[in-house]
Amino acid sequence: MLKLMHSTLVVAFVLMMLLFGVRSVDAVDESSQRLVVVGGALTEIVFQLGAGDRIVGVDTTSQWPAAASALPKVGYQRSLAAEGVLSLRPDLVLLTEAAGPPAVLQQIRAAGVTVESIETEDSIEGLVEKVQRVAMLIGREVEGESLVARLREDMQSLHGQLAGIEQGPRVAFLLSAGRGNTLASGRDTSADAAVVLAGGVNALSAYSGYKPLNAEAMIAAAPDVLLTTERTLQQIGGKEKLMRLPGVAQTPAGRAGRIEAMDGLFLLGFGPRTPAALRELASRLHTIDIASTNGRLGE
Amino acid sequence: MLARLKPRAAFGLFLLFVALFMVALMALGIGPVMISPGQVLAILLEPLGIGLPWQFDAGQAAVVMQIRAPRIVMAILVGAALAVSGAAMQGLFRNPLADPALIGVSAGGALGAVSVIVLGAGVFSFFDPLVSGGAVPLAAFTGSLIATLVVKRLATAEGRTDVATLLLAGIAIQAIAMAGTGLLTFLADDEQLRTLTFWTMGSLGGATWQSLVFAAPLMLLAIVAIPFTARALNAMLLGEAEAGHLGFDTERLKLILILMVAGAVGAAVAVSGIIGFVGLVVPHLLRLTLGPDHHALLPGSALLGATLLLLADLLARTVVVPAELPIGIITALVGGPFFIWLLTSRRRGMGL
Repeated sequence: MLKLMHSTLVVAFVLMMLLFGVRSVDAVDESSQRLVVVGGALTEIVFQLGAGDRIVGVDTTSQWPAAASALPKVGYQRSLAAEGVLSLRPDLVLLTEAAGPPAVLQQIRAAGVTVESIETEDSIEGLVEKVQRVAMLIGREVEGESLVARLREDMQSLHGQLAGIEQGPRVAFLLSAGRGNTLASGRDTSADAAVVLAGGVNALSAYSGYKPLNAEAMIAAAPDVLLTTERTLQQIGGKEKLMRLPGVAQTPAGRAGRIEAMDGLFLLGFGPRTPAALRELASRLHTIDIASTNGRLGE
Repeated sequence: MLARLKPRAAFGLFLLFVALFMVALMALGIGPVMISPGQVLAILLEPLGIGLPWQFDAGQAAVVMQIRAPRIVMAILVGAALAVSGAAMQGLFRNPLADPALIGVSAGGALGAVSVIVLGAGVFSFFDPLVSGGAVPLAAFTGSLIATLVVKRLATAEGRTDVATLLLAGIAIQAIAMAGTGLLTFLADDEQLRTLTFWTMGSLGGATWQSLVFAAPLMLLAIVAIPFTARALNAMLLGEAEAGHLGFDTERLKLILILMVAGAVGAAVAVSGIIGFVGLVVPHLLRLTLGPDHHALLPGSALLGATLLLLADLLARTVVVPAELPIGIITALVGGPFFIWLLTSRRRGMGL
């Protein structure tokens, strides 16, 4: 008898918790909501949904749009500070799965702030899911749906244009180069996903993640195009310097001088500008003309 | 123990205690979230049923009770544990450059933590639900203990631990652990790399009451117990053989100190990452002012270590608001130049 009462109480308690839990997520007070956003793509989405003015703090990866880089910075996403975030008095903290450390997130929750972690994969479906979740959490579902529709439309037209290409060029993405190691992207990286979506082939599919690449491995990979970030190219001192790295001159890309650089966050962020970034990348990878038809998104 | 103190040393310890108390109160009141001293007092006394006129909201109460208070307790314990361990190691090795890292504690801890960061929690994932993110601290602690025990074992032959061999074995094990850490760093992806870099620079940002429950007992044990070895460590200043002739069991002393230091510093490394210079500089600072007597030096190191780490943490969490600096940067940035000054001024004083 006592046992039954006990378990009934427990069930009642759990139900109550669920009820309140669900209610607190639903109750979005739009106008006064203060957001701290951790993750460049999430920040872009919030801005695209027209809620950029609600953001009171971002992490160091949130560098676009320009208004975002002017906001208070809560530091690198993996080393957040509980009191620093709380001092911005947020109602909701949006994070990527990489954010942490866990104890700090726990402390922020303990202070009564809702913390939502948004985990999606680096793909167009992942991006759509990301947009929908952010839109739901900040009460901008309508804007979210129209953004999703635009993203899909953009991707479809790009797909159509890429349909005629049988064999895309082999692309090696260099995250860093020059001083010390040349870090190149293998499988399961956002660079790999972007290259494939833009109709290219990742020349370095033998390993997973970003790994140092030596001169011989570079020659063996035989990339047709070397892709890097503008920052990396700037750091190394331009295309000529990159061409002089060991191994580069012996690759098809080095012989043809095909070195392409794009903004890192734009290319790899998997945010609302991704279709525009993929179109840009595709236009540089393929010799056929890929017209910039849709200028509504992106830069 | 305190009865053996000279009046000057006793007064010094009293001053250190007062300073620690004041700095702790200050640290409780200062932070990125604005909370007035009155509100802090009201928040602290509320659970005791004492109502004060200062109004505060639940968020402010959570900041004081759930974020600042455990963090301050953690800073006190870690600072005291590192400094008292440093003083004990300098006494044991009769070497002013000794610090807890010398017996492999830090390098072993780093290897443990980096393993979990790069390779995943593995066997330690069992503890993750216990303390959120508990796998890294637990692996760090395990790594510290294993490294230290290996060092101790290597230096022990026929029941005798040779201090010189202990030092050399410590250096060798450190090198091996660093190689392991280096290999894992090579294997790490970009994000893991950032995480492990931050870990090796230390932070008290993850301090919660929960993490204290696991780490505090080991640190407290060393802070309280190590000062009781003061007489034996004083005798060791004359040399190990001399201490033996004076009737001290030096083998037991070595065993006790190594176990205490491994436990306390292992726990400190586990919860706060690697924080350098506290264990090295604090005992020197005290030797200059209170003299070399371990009766004053050991408790004094604990008090001053706690105070200095509290101050360093206060800086760490307020200079780049709303972000935070790794505390190891501050202790090294302040500790390094200070140590140089200490060395040069002492050399001049000794007419060298």
